[in-house]
Amino acid sequence: MSQAVLEPEASAGRGMDLLRFATAGSVDDGKSTLIGRLLYDTKTIFEDQLEAVEVASASRGDEYTNLALLTDGLRAEREQGITIDVAYRYFATPRRKFIIADTPGHIQYTRNMVTGASTADLALILVDARKGLVEQSRRHAFLTSLLRVPHLVLCVNKMDLVDWDKAVYDKIADEFTSFAAKLDAPDLTIIPISALNGDNIASRSDNSPWYEGPSLLHHLEHVHIASDRNLVDVRFPVQYVIRPQSTTVTDYRGYAGQVASGILKPGDEVMVLPSGMTSTIASIDTADGPVDEAFPPMSVTVRLNDEIDISRGDLICRPNNAPAVAQDVEAMVCWMDETAPLRVGGKYTIKHTTRTARTVVRGVQYRLDVNTLHRDEDAGELKLNEIGRVKLRTTVPLLADEYRRNRTTGGFILIDESTNRTVAAGMIIEAH
Amino acid sequence: MSQTKPYRVSHLDALEAESIFVMREVMAEFERPVLLFSGGKDSIVMLRLAEKAFAPARIPFPVMHVDTGHNFPEVLEYRDRRVAGLGLNLVVASVQEAIDAGQVRELPDGTRNRIQTPVLLSAVEKYRFDALFGGARRDEEKARAKERMFSFRDEFGQWDPKNQRPELWSLYNGRHHPGESIRVFPLSNWTELDVWHYIAKEQIPLPDIYYAHDREVVERGGMFYAVNEFIRLRDGETSEVRRVRYRTVGDASQTAAVLSEADTVDKVIDEVAATRITERGATRGDDKVSEAAMEDRKREGYF
Repeated sequence: MSQAVLEPEASAGRGMDLLRFATAGSVDDGKSTLIGRLLYDTKTIFEDQLEAVEVASASRGDEYTNLALLTDGLRAEREQGITIDVAYRYFATPRRKFIIADTPGHIQYTRNMVTGASTADLALILVDARKGLVEQSRRHAFLTSLLRVPHLVLCVNKMDLVDWDKAVYDKIADEFTSFAAKLDAPDLTIIPISALNGDNIASRSDNSPWYEGPSLLHHLEHVHIASDRNLVDVRFPVQYVIRPQSTTVTDYRGYAGQVASGILKPGDEVMVLPSGMTSTIASIDTADGPVDEAFPPMSVTVRLNDEIDISRGDLICRPNNAPAVAQDVEAMVCWMDETAPLRVGGKYTIKHTTRTARTVVRGVQYRLDVNTLHRDEDAGELKLNEIGRVKLRTTVPLLADEYRRNRTTGGFILIDESTNRTVAAGMIIEAH
Repeated sequence: MSQTKPYRVSHLDALEAESIFVMREVMAEFERPVLLFSGGKDSIVMLRLAEKAFAPARIPFPVMHVDTGHNFPEVLEYRDRRVAGLGLNLVVASVQEAIDAGQVRELPDGTRNRIQTPVLLSAVEKYRFDALFGGARRDEEKARAKERMFSFRDEFGQWDPKNQRPELWSLYNGRHHPGESIRVFPLSNWTELDVWHYIAKEQIPLPDIYYAHDREVVERGGMFYAVNEFIRLRDGETSEVRRVRYRTVGDASQTAAVLSEADTVDKVIDEVAATRITERGATRGDDKVSEAAMEDRKREGYF
């Protein structure tokens, strides 16, 4: 093992920001090894964990400490040597705290990847340098762009096994760059690494003098995420109405919620949907006192100067910048249920921001082949892990934006009304 | 719009905002939520978040303590003081009472971690709680790394790790049939260090045993156990007075202290940042049974 070079500093704990990233790759690409390496190099792995992994590696006959065993925690995963479900990992450097959504590459790949990517600022895709891009690499890149993850990193792993051959790296990098361009893909960075040996992970490696970019950790620490947030469109979905039943606090009526986008200030003129009533913000409260402004991802309580009937599921915006109030929605839908497919005429519960309604599927316009991007317009239904463009009609209006403009007011889930399972994720394309 | 303001929030503020969002979702969508409160630091932080989520109103749900009967007196005293100060209802699910009533049987080794699960489940049934806030964090343990923020439990309180609901964006699916329930973990994305930074930032008082103090302890398997009514010296063992603190507070017969000089919150933060052993690994005899000890207990209905 190489020397660990970075460690979280106690004093840095309060000023760091937060970066969420999702990792994707197939079983053999070395994804678990890479995560183990990041945890090890940031001193996030503890002695008792390392000891347990060393014992487990030795008993399996592994020739080296198998860092994958750090992340595969469930009994069935260890028995079968696979990763079953999205696992969340944490590490920190003096600059940032990181949350990794570690998504398995094969079983339920689409469902897991979509889940992990839904909250990610950055997606990290791995390929094996010996194999180059495979179907799955393209699929992961596509899902990243579908979920509008703002930053994408391709790690070309196992460079040690191709003798750090620049030509091998260049071929993969060129091919991936041209594929990503077709996807309307976000900011892309490509890094040659060896996760097993720690090359270009925490620091630049001497094995790749021809590579002039940052190490992976340096990139993760410095990638600019502040401007990814939408600070323009004010969207405040009301979660809960706070009305103290108390003799000391009287006549208080506050609308609690988390700012989805935009900046709210006391005195701002606002409109409440779906009613369309307008008022001004009297104050923005928190338990620590009122604040001058609220922006994502703050959880606050808004009070208005007029008495308007507002309840959970309503949305506060600006009069001149409002989302659609819509019962007809067209969306890309990823189907996640193995027990039954999405069918035209099917009825589901739809959960969108803090609003819950019922919905019926009016049509499946096409099913998308996530490998070739071919559109099958005769599909008629979507099965497990399939993605397609779907028309929905809802019982009450949704207060919706296009997903590409707003991930919070543009995303929804569908819930099966009898089993209560979450059966689909949707990304709104049009609402009217 | 002004380009000079960064509109940034620190990672601690982002975590707080997420936890508050989760608590408000539960209050809006469930009928009978309850918050599991043990007097341990994670549940203390959770209670602070609940205070903040509903201010200026009171916390709108009761708290429950699953009491193994093996308590640290400082922690019980803290629990009662905090609950009274906030004007909350406290439900105590007592393992001792369940043993006395013949509902569960004491294990031969006297440990009560495993038998607290049926006691918890019968309290859930008795009070018809449909959402239970727990202070578990994903960084604690590898089975917990796969937990959802909203964790579905069937009518037997069981967790099925292979059959979890996908959790997208901040859209949490709390739907359940009567008798089923949801365990909710608002601190899922917090680490031990985050919890301590938050305790410092919010100046939250903790039971004294979290800070360094002199205590009579016995060393067993590299861990330091307090000598008290639950842990007695075995033949050949000797006790000694050492400077220790508790990193976690669980059943007093199973939770070990660590050697420490950290007697203030800032010193604890320095110690936690420098430590090379996980908190459960350093202090919990119950997790050392097997690689999948936690997964097995969670499947039975444990938090």
